[in-house]
Amino acid sequence: MTSILSIARLELLIARRNLWVATAILLMALFNVVLTIAGNAPTGDLGASPMIIAITSITTLSVYLVPLIGLLLSFDAIAGEAERGTLTLGLSYPLSRAEILLGKFIAHMVVLGAAIAIGLGLTTAIIASRHGVGAIEWGPLSALYFTSLALGATFLGLGYTISSLVKQTGAASGVAIGLWLIAVVLYDLGLLGALVADAGGTFSKTIFPYALVANPADAFRLLNMPDQSVNMLASGLGAASSVTGFYGQLTSLLLWPVVALLFALLAFRKVEP
Amino acid sequence: MPALKIEHVIKRHGTLETVSDVSLNVEPGERVALLGHNGAGKTTIIKMVLGLMPITAGSIDVLGHAPGTAAARKQTGYLPESVAFHGALTGREQLHHFARLKSTSLKAADDLLERVGLAHAADRRIRTYSKGMRQRIGLAQVVLGQPKLAILDEPTSGLDPVSRHEFYDIVEELANNGSAVMLSSHALTELELRTDRIAILSKGQLVANDSLQKLRDLASLPIKFKVTASNDTIEGVNQQLGGKRVNCQSLELMCAPDQKIGVLSAITALGPVVKDVDVTPASLEELYRHFSNVEEQTK
Repeated sequence: MTSILSIARLELLIARRNLWVATAILLMALFNVVLTIAGNAPTGDLGASPMIIAITSITTLSVYLVPLIGLLLSFDAIAGEAERGTLTLGLSYPLSRAEILLGKFIAHMVVLGAAIAIGLGLTTAIIASRHGVGAIEWGPLSALYFTSLALGATFLGLGYTISSLVKQTGAASGVAIGLWLIAVVLYDLGLLGALVADAGGTFSKTIFPYALVANPADAFRLLNMPDQSVNMLASGLGAASSVTGFYGQLTSLLLWPVVALLFALLAFRKVEP
Repeated sequence: MPALKIEHVIKRHGTLETVSDVSLNVEPGERVALLGHNGAGKTTIIKMVLGLMPITAGSIDVLGHAPGTAAARKQTGYLPESVAFHGALTGREQLHHFARLKSTSLKAADDLLERVGLAHAADRRIRTYSKGMRQRIGLAQVVLGQPKLAILDEPTSGLDPVSRHEFYDIVEELANNGSAVMLSSHALTELELRTDRIAILSKGQLVANDSLQKLRDLASLPIKFKVTASNDTIEGVNQQLGGKRVNCQSLELMCAPDQKIGVLSAITALGPVVKDVDVTPASLEELYRHFSNVEEQTK
């Protein structure tokens, strides 16, 4: 335990000095403030509360931003150490590879958690100042926070996996960006294309709902927009939420971090310094 | 019981054999130097001892444990070739981290920073350190917790002579406290006085493994004399002793180790004509070349 915490502590120091912490916080804060203020103007007709409007906008953004920050924090974790030459020494110390990975994961989760918390904190503050403290809805807010963490954890794990398999920072960053593009942009486009081509056939009814929920980014999106009034805002994707349901989405989002970290451990175990 | 026992170890990468049947022991308190060209298999052996690389055949025993096990790693200190640290950390932060991993007190880490002469720079980022200073952090983390086995891969490359001297002082202290030390090096001259035994690797094979004196006897390489006279007497000296003129005042002689005293008395018999005599036994460099070549010729 001391070893894991010592690694986490060191990684936090490094992340702070490399300005990763500042970058992540700045990104989340900036986008959250802009979206909260912009989404706050036209509320009347929709009948949705200001908090739900803000959460919907922020969810749409977080689907892109949280995986990106997760990958940025993690793609360098193993490859960078291998390249700098610090990995050989690190592995000769009396601690297991799982402990090393866990230490890094804790540090990166702290960075991610702080960035998301500050972003949502600003959103809450803006809404409270404009509509009073009564307008704050803690339920959806904390749901968004914890699902964001799960989404981030998933991409941290996938980032470590890439970092272990590729072993060169340049290549690892390329693969990480590729994964990001596929998971949060191309996957949905592909599903949409298949949906249009299928025109309500068996694919739309049997495979599509599961394929949608299987992607952690989509599961995250659906989990944070379950309300009918909000589904109107969230393009056509919300319609599938009735099929695979809340528990399916939650299972997907909770299972992914565990699976991603297991992948990472398997890949890291294979690394020969 | 030896601290490190390497028995008939073989390492193959596909069809390429990088280490062929190497057996080597290091006793507690002993300093053994591993010599060899680039690619002779030194780093491969070190990585197998640390459990960072699987062994193809043979066995390695580290203080009674299999290499790479928690028990073995707990008692082993390692300094990798061209050691590196994260530049964003300070020397103290880095060493404190190592102390926590080794379950040693932070005070011990601070004392070591002082011992390796880094107290003044301990709170500066490692990014600003010179190569020698990084190497000192590297040595400090080896000594941390007084390991029973210390493995140093090319520890003095890039160090200036004064730093090298201090470096070997610390290695000596480590050995005096009972640690077994195995180090690999290219800088042959410095090893002569600072190690107890020398193991020479050539193309993955152990071609020599003994003290420097024994290796000298074994190789029986010629001893070199340099005799200095004056401009007008050197001709006569040359005629009486033979050898080769190197400039207008001195000449060079070679002889087998067992004829050394005979040659010396012949030189002193010349009396005051001889101004100076230098006697140089075979250097480690020559021994190293000798043993590496013998192996090649017998193949």
